[in-house]
Amino acid sequence: MKAHSVRPTDTTRVDLLLIAEMVTPGSRVLDIGCGDGTLLRILAEKHGVDGRGIELSQAGVNSCVAQGLAVIQGDADDDLAYYPDLAFDYAILSQTIQATYSPRLVLEQLLRIGKRAVVSFPNFGHWRVRTQLMFGGHMPRTDNLPERWYDTPNIHLCTIKDFLNLCDDVGAKVERAIALNAYGTKLVAMPLFAQNLFGEQAVFLLSR
Amino acid sequence: MRVQNRQVMNETPGAESFADHAKRLAQGANPQSDIVHFPEAEPLPLDSGSALAPFSIAYQTYGTLNADKSNLVLVCHALTGDQHAANLHPLTGKPGWWDTMIGPGKPIDTDRYFVLCPNVIGGCMGSTGPSSINPATGKPYGPDFPVITVRDMVRAQARLLDHLGIEQALCVLGGSMGGMQVLEWAATYKDRVFSAVPIACAARHSSQNIAFHEVGRQAVMADPDWCQGRYLEEGKSPRKGLAVARMAAHITYLSDETLHDKFGRNLQDREKVTFGFDADFQVESYLRHQGMTFVDRFDANAYLYITRAMDYFDIAADHGGVLANAFAGTKTRFCLVSFTSDWLFPTEESREVVHALNAVAANVSFVEIESNKGHDAFLLHEPELFDAVRGFLTAAARHRGVVFPDGGKV
Repeated sequence: MKAHSVRPTDTTRVDLLLIAEMVTPGSRVLDIGCGDGTLLRILAEKHGVDGRGIELSQAGVNSCVAQGLAVIQGDADDDLAYYPDLAFDYAILSQTIQATYSPRLVLEQLLRIGKRAVVSFPNFGHWRVRTQLMFGGHMPRTDNLPERWYDTPNIHLCTIKDFLNLCDDVGAKVERAIALNAYGTKLVAMPLFAQNLFGEQAVFLLSR
Repeated sequence: MRVQNRQVMNETPGAESFADHAKRLAQGANPQSDIVHFPEAEPLPLDSGSALAPFSIAYQTYGTLNADKSNLVLVCHALTGDQHAANLHPLTGKPGWWDTMIGPGKPIDTDRYFVLCPNVIGGCMGSTGPSSINPATGKPYGPDFPVITVRDMVRAQARLLDHLGIEQALCVLGGSMGGMQVLEWAATYKDRVFSAVPIACAARHSSQNIAFHEVGRQAVMADPDWCQGRYLEEGKSPRKGLAVARMAAHITYLSDETLHDKFGRNLQDREKVTFGFDADFQVESYLRHQGMTFVDRFDANAYLYITRAMDYFDIAADHGGVLANAFAGTKTRFCLVSFTSDWLFPTEESREVVHALNAVAANVSFVEIESNKGHDAFLLHEPELFDAVRGFLTAAARHRGVVFPDGGKV
């Protein structure tokens, strides 16, 4: 994860609220790619969580620390190795895995340092993405993925199906998998192929 | 060829310098600060194996200690700092070295916190140091003063906290050698440090930094007025040597960019170079000024002893070679700060500490601040530093449930 945009301050970002729901109150959490600290703030205020963050952008880190959040400058590819096994109840990587150099290693690290891992990402299998490539003949650009191919930090985009395969490969147990449509509504009671088609983003709760 | 440099170091008139010298000695013996004397029966054990007894610690305080003594912010000063962090300096008449940081409404808000800044042992502003009287001889210690370490300084400060009846500091905070003391506090007195802010420092003194210190010490010792360290008995002062030491050190506190922006190749009060060794360039004049003003407020032997303490600093070595071991089991909340242009204590060295703290799953924040001001940035106007310190301290007070002197809480 050498570059990614700082997370928006929009406290209503749906996947963050969804992630916050997944976290047991009072637990220890590491939020990797914590942006301006929105999730850490939600977790601390509403859920009494002992939260830590890692953020790539210095501006993001400095603003988190100024708010009293425990955040260090670093990135998912390089800095997870320094943490001991099972240091956290949850290791959270939201909207960041697609911007890492080695998503597989990062996922393995998450499952090593956290009893559970929470991963959210934009679904590259969404129908809008598919149709842009198929009928437009160009790299997709959506509200979720606004950058052009040459300036996007997202170097390892994947679909929900791809991610499930990766979970299989690393031996991760999927405890919960939630796909959200463009309106942030959970897609329930849908087969996988439909979730992969209509889900704009996905949130996974994983364990070893 | 005009050779004018012989006058250069004597630009301060002799009579005045004697007056300054006397004033400085008076501050050492009888400082305009609170002072605690620990008697002969309560020696300070030192890392070297010897002990210091009796010993004294001079300190300044700002703000009010709250009812349950939970709002102490201990500020540790740097190599050439002293306890006068936020008041007018009794010798120079200038504002304290961290006047921008400490005060009512400032990041270390004295309306909320009780701020304590002690002079380190080995110093020369009232705490026992090489210019103090050796009880065994009735003369100044000079070179007979025992070599001290950063841990010895911290041990002495712990005794001061004992004396004040304060079990745990809400925060221990400092830059450069002050940051080293913060790390040492966190490693040695885990239960006495609720939160820690080591700024622009490292867990050990680098080879390059030891090298610079050695240049400074050799400059002092090469001055014939050093008199093998017994200059006080001889009524002398190695002003030139100490000034050169300060000049060399001062360069390391700045950055190439700062020097270039400030002085470039500009000439000092002249149109062209003089083909001599006078201070043609502004940067030379500036450094000479830095050197000369420093000797008015600092003791040469104290400079030797304190630089030595920094050289010996290596927390990992004290813990089986593994830095993380020093912090195992810590509950302290940490906030490390570094500056991008600091080449004396580069960001990487702070990051090593962060990684060691991560390895023990400590609560740690780390802020690297974009600045072109070099190592000295921690003493200067750096809004991001102020924001980080204010935010971190506020969070620490909230987590500890501190009730401020006015009855308020975060």
